[in-house]
Amino acid sequence: MESINDQKNYKKNIKAYHPKTNYFINCLKAFLVGGFICFLGQCIESFYLAVTNFNEKTVGNPTVATLILISSLLTGFGVYDKIGQFAGAGSLIPVTGFANSITSAALEHKSEGIVLGIATNLFKLAGAVIVFGVVSAAVFGIIRLTINNLLG
Amino acid sequence: MKIGKQSWRFSNDVYLTSTGTTSGPLEAKGPLGTNFDKTYANLHCGEKNWEAAERKLMRDAIDICLKNVNKKPEDIDFFMAGDLLNQVVTSNIIASEHQIPHLGMFGACSTSMQTLALASQFVDSGFADSVVTAVSSHNATAERQFRYPTEYGGPKPKTATFTVTGAGASMVSREPSKIKITEATIGRVMDWGINDANDMGSAMAPAAADTIETHLADTGRQPEDYDMIATGDLSSVGSPILRELLWERGIDINGVHQDCGLMLFSPDQPVFAGGSGAACSAIVTYSYIANQLREGKLRRVLIVATGALHNPTIIYQKQSIPCIAHGVVLESTVGGE
Repeated sequence: MESINDQKNYKKNIKAYHPKTNYFINCLKAFLVGGFICFLGQCIESFYLAVTNFNEKTVGNPTVATLILISSLLTGFGVYDKIGQFAGAGSLIPVTGFANSITSAALEHKSEGIVLGIATNLFKLAGAVIVFGVVSAAVFGIIRLTINNLLG
Repeated sequence: MKIGKQSWRFSNDVYLTSTGTTSGPLEAKGPLGTNFDKTYANLHCGEKNWEAAERKLMRDAIDICLKNVNKKPEDIDFFMAGDLLNQVVTSNIIASEHQIPHLGMFGACSTSMQTLALASQFVDSGFADSVVTAVSSHNATAERQFRYPTEYGGPKPKTATFTVTGAGASMVSREPSKIKITEATIGRVMDWGINDANDMGSAMAPAAADTIETHLADTGRQPEDYDMIATGDLSSVGSPILRELLWERGIDINGVHQDCGLMLFSPDQPVFAGGSGAACSAIVTYSYIANQLREGKLRRVLIVATGALHNPTIIYQKQSIPCIAHGVVLESTVGGE
């Protein structure tokens, strides 16, 4: 038995006192909730295809916009953070999680004014996603271009 | 006067003359809910924003504390207060309202006992006749300052703690009451390498262990000499670590140890590992524990308020969390053995 008073190895030894994280259950929850959000997106898409003039190429935009609207409302009503605690990555990764990060920041900083509060802090969390999204798009775009050119 | 290495024993009679506590909705629904002087059903407490809500909690706690003994702010010599917001701004604004000469203090969640210890020392030494102390914390203001926006759906691990919404105020003076403040132990800052802000119980346990060990050595007492040794907010993670740390040093506090962050909530409430925050130890000490002392059900208690002295910047820079714990001994003057 290791001594917990061993200051150097404290960080390692206290692991035994931490509640265990059940990765399998967490993955399952994320899979089910994330899957349900995608299923919802599919339903919305099929609905737009059936009743509007959007075609298969253009229907993506109104579908995403609807999901963003729904998740922003859920954030405003104080529901999305509870889903987030339950589902973890399942509700963070889809576009609804991105909308949540922006809406929650806007709500949080409303009291500091429109410019320095809402506008300045809007992308506080989402900014990182945008930065890495744009940078990786550029990197992979160059790789694709190079390969295409090499293959003639 | 100083006893041992880092403790004070007050030579004169110093009393916890009055207390006042306010809390938010979740704390009010907890096991100690009925002990608080005033509770709010809504986190906004009728104010426009969270910060104003926190100020209202502190303002109310002080008003109640003074009203209980028919005092006005003019009757008080000094005000010692702290909170978790940058530059202890809640306390500063409250101090500008009631105009009691003010000493702002920061010890994170240990501020409650830091202010109480110093207030007692002021009264004991004759540098003050009466001092009012106050601390506050608010779940939403702390979330914003230390973590993410309140409604952001990022999941928290089970070791995380939940910042208590509430405020506790106390009046310390030579005017007799049923609770006497007899000793205090000022803590050393301990940093055992924990850099996870979602695991403050583990980070603070060594500080609490050091303060309790030193306190017992300085006073020459055993854990059994206390009816309760209450830590501030070590949570369900830090509490067993503290008991094990002390057990290995030959001190058994198992029979008398309680944690304010665990007393405040029932296990089915959604607070992860337990409550934390500056108000956590304050509202438990100044309500439930004070009531038990007034009724003579507890004779002598040691309150060890624990504080994680970090800010978000050092956490992002991977610096580990310095932690502190201050202890104050409260004794009942009711009855007598």
